[in-house]
Amino acid sequence: MTELERRLARPPASAPFDARAATTVLVQRAIEAGLADVAYGWLDSPLGKLIVAVTPRGLVRIAYEREAEEDVLQELAAGVSPRVLRLPERTDAARRELEGYFAGTIRRFDLPLDWSLVHGFAMGVLKATARVPFGHVATYGELAASAGSPRAARSAGNALLIKPIPIVLPCHRIVPASGGIGGHGRG
Amino acid sequence: MRLPPFQSLVDAHAAELHRFLVASVGPTDAEDCLQETLLSALRAYPRLRDASHVRAWLYTIAQHKATDAVRRNVRHRAEDLDGVNPGHLSEPPHETADEELWTRVRALPAKQRAAVIHRFVFDLAYKEIGLRTGTTEEAARQNVATGLRRLRMEVDR
Repeated sequence: MTELERRLARPPASAPFDARAATTVLVQRAIEAGLADVAYGWLDSPLGKLIVAVTPRGLVRIAYEREAEEDVLQELAAGVSPRVLRLPERTDAARRELEGYFAGTIRRFDLPLDWSLVHGFAMGVLKATARVPFGHVATYGELAASAGSPRAARSAGNALLIKPIPIVLPCHRIVPASGGIGGHGRG
Repeated sequence: MRLPPFQSLVDAHAAELHRFLVASVGPTDAEDCLQETLLSALRAYPRLRDASHVRAWLYTIAQHKATDAVRRNVRHRAEDLDGVNPGHLSEPPHETADEELWTRVRALPAKQRAAVIHRFVFDLAYKEIGLRTGTTEEAARQNVATGLRRLRMEVDR
């Protein structure tokens, strides 16, 4: 190696890179340019640390701690848009309602929802689920009926296994006609 | 086609891109260039065809932003000199030997500049340099050799 090559291997010194500051500026400009397709943040809740993700259309995803963050973000990238940014401030409205719900001051969510991660029959089932009020329950069969397929109780149950927005979509209010609490106690 | 969430690209590559840009345009312009790079990348990201070369793709964008910044600076310097009597110009500020070397690196043609930085600052193989500068392995080798020859002539004068 020549002396010149050795000198080229020592790049000019500069202030240490401030990743947080760089991200803050990027995120601000991304919002101004309308490029913040998916924004996510976290919420400490009685059910653990939740990931909360929103789009310009509304709340798109809530994930429990047991779901790996990497997988949740990848799911958003594939199912909504790869422009996924860590941008907690954008999730403030959703986080405030969730905090109110956990504190007992809010019983009905008033958030716009983004249904991008739900398709087909599951969409009808989950929209019907969203109409079950606080303190009430519905059966899988009733849910299937309001989704347009009265005999599809089992499919309705399966549809509830895909729950991109637990808590806000109250899957825990759905019970089997035979009694019991169903398989969605946490969701 | 599975593109990773854009945030993971920022987390994984922003610091190294910043180093590349400090070498390419100096610390003052590096911050702006990094923002321009990330914003352009974010804009184009959903249209990216091949996620396996996402890092090389980011460097190609950074190289273009660096070239824009270098051109802008040259233009500004030329405008500053408009109408000034050359006899009244003061001597340029004294530069250390290393500052002078990096000023010369930044003045290299874009592909030579990027190739020299990838080769010596990041110690990359020519194949990867080719990917990151949007050329072939052979062209990357040529760009490094030509850039180096030019620097040697200027510095060893």
